[in-house]
Amino acid sequence: MEIIKSGTRIDFVGLRYFAFGFSCLLILAGIFSLIIKGPKFGIDFAGGTLIQIKAAQSVTIDAIKKGFEKVNLEGTAVQQIGSASDNEYLIRAKTPADTGKDFSEALQADLAAATGAKVDVQRVEMVGPQVGKDLRSKALYALFYSLVFIAIYISGRFEQKWGTSGILAALITGSVYMVSLFNVSIPFLILLALVVTLLMFWQLRLKYAMGAIVSLIHDVTITIGALSLFNYEFTLSIVAALLTLIGFSLNDTIVVFDRIRENIKKYPRLPMNEIINRSVNETLSRTILTNLTAWTTVVCLFFLGGEITRDFAFSMVVGVFIGTYSTIYMASPILLMFKDEGGGGQVAPAAAR
Amino acid sequence: MKYFSWRAALIGLVLIVSVIYVIPTFKPGLWPYKKINLGLDLQGGMHLVLEVQTEKAVESTLERIRNELRDLFRKEQVRHQGIEHSGKTGLLIQLADSENFQKDVEKIDDLLETNFGSDEIVSDSIDSATKTVKLVLKDKWVQDIQKQTVEQALETIRNRIDQFGVNEPDIRLQGERRIQVQLPGIKDTARAKELIGKTALLEFKMLDEEHDLGAALNGEVPPGSVVLYSADEAKDGQTGKKQPYLVKQKTEMTGASLSDARVQIDSQFNEPYVAIDFDRKGARDFERVTGENIKKRMAIVLDNKVYSAPVIQEKIPGGSARITGSFNAQEARDLAIVLRAGSLPAPVEIIEERTVGPSLGRDSIHKGLLSLIVSSLLVLVFIAIYYKVSGLVADLALVLNILMIAAGLAMFGGTLSMPGIAGIILTIGMAVDNNILIYERIREEMRLGKTPLACIDAGFDRASITIFDANLTTLIAALVLFQFGTGPIKGFAVTLSLGVTASMFTALIMSRAVIDYLYATNRMKTLSV
Repeated sequence: MEIIKSGTRIDFVGLRYFAFGFSCLLILAGIFSLIIKGPKFGIDFAGGTLIQIKAAQSVTIDAIKKGFEKVNLEGTAVQQIGSASDNEYLIRAKTPADTGKDFSEALQADLAAATGAKVDVQRVEMVGPQVGKDLRSKALYALFYSLVFIAIYISGRFEQKWGTSGILAALITGSVYMVSLFNVSIPFLILLALVVTLLMFWQLRLKYAMGAIVSLIHDVTITIGALSLFNYEFTLSIVAALLTLIGFSLNDTIVVFDRIRENIKKYPRLPMNEIINRSVNETLSRTILTNLTAWTTVVCLFFLGGEITRDFAFSMVVGVFIGTYSTIYMASPILLMFKDEGGGGQVAPAAAR
Repeated sequence: MKYFSWRAALIGLVLIVSVIYVIPTFKPGLWPYKKINLGLDLQGGMHLVLEVQTEKAVESTLERIRNELRDLFRKEQVRHQGIEHSGKTGLLIQLADSENFQKDVEKIDDLLETNFGSDEIVSDSIDSATKTVKLVLKDKWVQDIQKQTVEQALETIRNRIDQFGVNEPDIRLQGERRIQVQLPGIKDTARAKELIGKTALLEFKMLDEEHDLGAALNGEVPPGSVVLYSADEAKDGQTGKKQPYLVKQKTEMTGASLSDARVQIDSQFNEPYVAIDFDRKGARDFERVTGENIKKRMAIVLDNKVYSAPVIQEKIPGGSARITGSFNAQEARDLAIVLRAGSLPAPVEIIEERTVGPSLGRDSIHKGLLSLIVSSLLVLVFIAIYYKVSGLVADLALVLNILMIAAGLAMFGGTLSMPGIAGIILTIGMAVDNNILIYERIREEMRLGKTPLACIDAGFDRASITIFDANLTTLIAALVLFQFGTGPIKGFAVTLSLGVTASMFTALIMSRAVIDYLYATNRMKTLSV
């Protein structure tokens, strides 16, 4: 059985400007949503309280809010989860509750009195502001370090320039360290690391590394935008999803790039855009199959996995989909941006070795 | 055939080891390997992060020094108008005598040197105009106090939980002054929190009977005394009111010299009380204190609440006492536990809590397994249809992969959390990629018209470099996650890394061996990819 017939020749490179435009649209939509709504942090990062309750019979949200009056939490929001017959609700509050001693028992009694139904407190999560701050910086550092490691790996692996990649890593870490002495916020540090990385890749003509990292940023940005558009809060599991996506997005890109280098050797006369088109088409079947299976599993998780993994699954559903698209339309055409070397297969003798 | 025998041997070994490690999870006790631990989010339980308020320990050290200095000054006749706290680590002495100021300052330095040692507290600034001397705790010593406080708190909490009886608790230091406590399967979370968080500082103080309690309640508290309230509501008619006591600030004895505490039942009122025994030194002190204060009232104070204030009838030798109050049996039992385990050197504050009830945990397991089974089936069926016989080989690889993840979890004592299940589900989708890479390559080689064996060779060889590369990037992301993640996220990183590693084995070694067996032995003449 074949989904993509062998010998398929789709002119992906020819469609690249259309694709760039489409991507810009998606990215802008996400950024707009982030600006208008503001980034929404879950309790992991902002601190606060999250309580999941299950009522024995159907209750109203107003009654639940009333039951929460006594515990005195600020900014309480009640949301029904699962199917209507489950009578399960999530309550989020901005302030960390004082969960000492009889918190759950007292709350259970208050809720039962207010709603007139037996209420079971199933989950209580409380994160103090300091812990939230710590987790936030931990998560950002995780993103930062994975970026550095991956930058080293790609430039070393694709251009066979491990020395250069070592210097690159030292430069990124060094410049970030210098700036961090001035007590700037971590998001800014990450942005700085990204800019330094991109500039270095451009300056050193590390085109494969450039292609890989641009498509990686593309995927992560669009996923974050989609999370904001669909009103998901940023939580620890979303950070896990983003990191996994970074690995996954690269994985796809590497497969195509490997094929490009192989084809450069095989057809030294062919112009670069032909090579790219041929390589993307040759790997198209694999790209689509792999992403289809991965996508199937995360879609299953999204629909069947319940509330706890839903935000993770959602990020993966969006990310894997966008990752497939970026592998085909983004990563490889970026190689063409390096015009001076792009004339033909004579390029990159170093890479071909 | 020699050609693939080493692969067959290796696969056999991996299979046997995996089964050995996985079986105890389903049939515990068959052999002494550990079960796969379920995370708190799956089996229910409580995760707490406590912050030890080490600055309180520093404060009480400073307070102790202040009291000792007062006594020393009285003995050595240093005239002063008071010693006050100054900042978090300093004391300010206001001297009275202006002529002898220099002499007094020298005397203070001597006193500090002989009584505390120069690495603990030193005089920091001397102001002859205002006749003040400022003392500060040395930074190094402050750090030592804080470190010791946290270590002691960790030890105390560990003792308490051991005595409380929880299966496989996990108590560890987190950072400099935080303690992470994980209690799997615990139901009575309120009681556990009470037990962990109680400072349990037991003090014996004399009642201030020279001054009037009423005046003190109106704000005129005599110096050296303090108003404390009873632990339970007064029994004498005034319901809802806690009974106040005027108590001297000076602590005669603390619970530090306890040797045992246990619950006993009062035969007269049939009420439980906690009987405490002092150690040798404690018994001597208790005898002395009671001997010096016959016919006076002594308050038994726990965490600044007065439990009782009996009149001392006579000198009490032998070193035992009882703490009464309107306890129920469980409260008395818990109090005995915390007294035995010792008091916390400083109060602790809960700064993070994640509690999952057992029903939600079960629900999560069901949903996780359901997603796992449905997604596996979809992928398995799809791959079998798509690649036919070779697809079945890939399916076999996938099943072995899941078995290896489970074995890996058991082997490394990993914990399976809900994100961990998500990691396994994701691995299923991603692991099959290795086989897809190989098979697509074989198909391409076939189009070139090569023989089946040559196609297999070329397919595996060419795909293997790509497979290594592609998996390495996922592994990098997973390792970073493991390094920085907390709790459940770590679980995700673990299953993902295990899955990625296992998938390389199942694709490159296992699939290769099976396919070689099928074609190299001429069981199948045409390639079924």
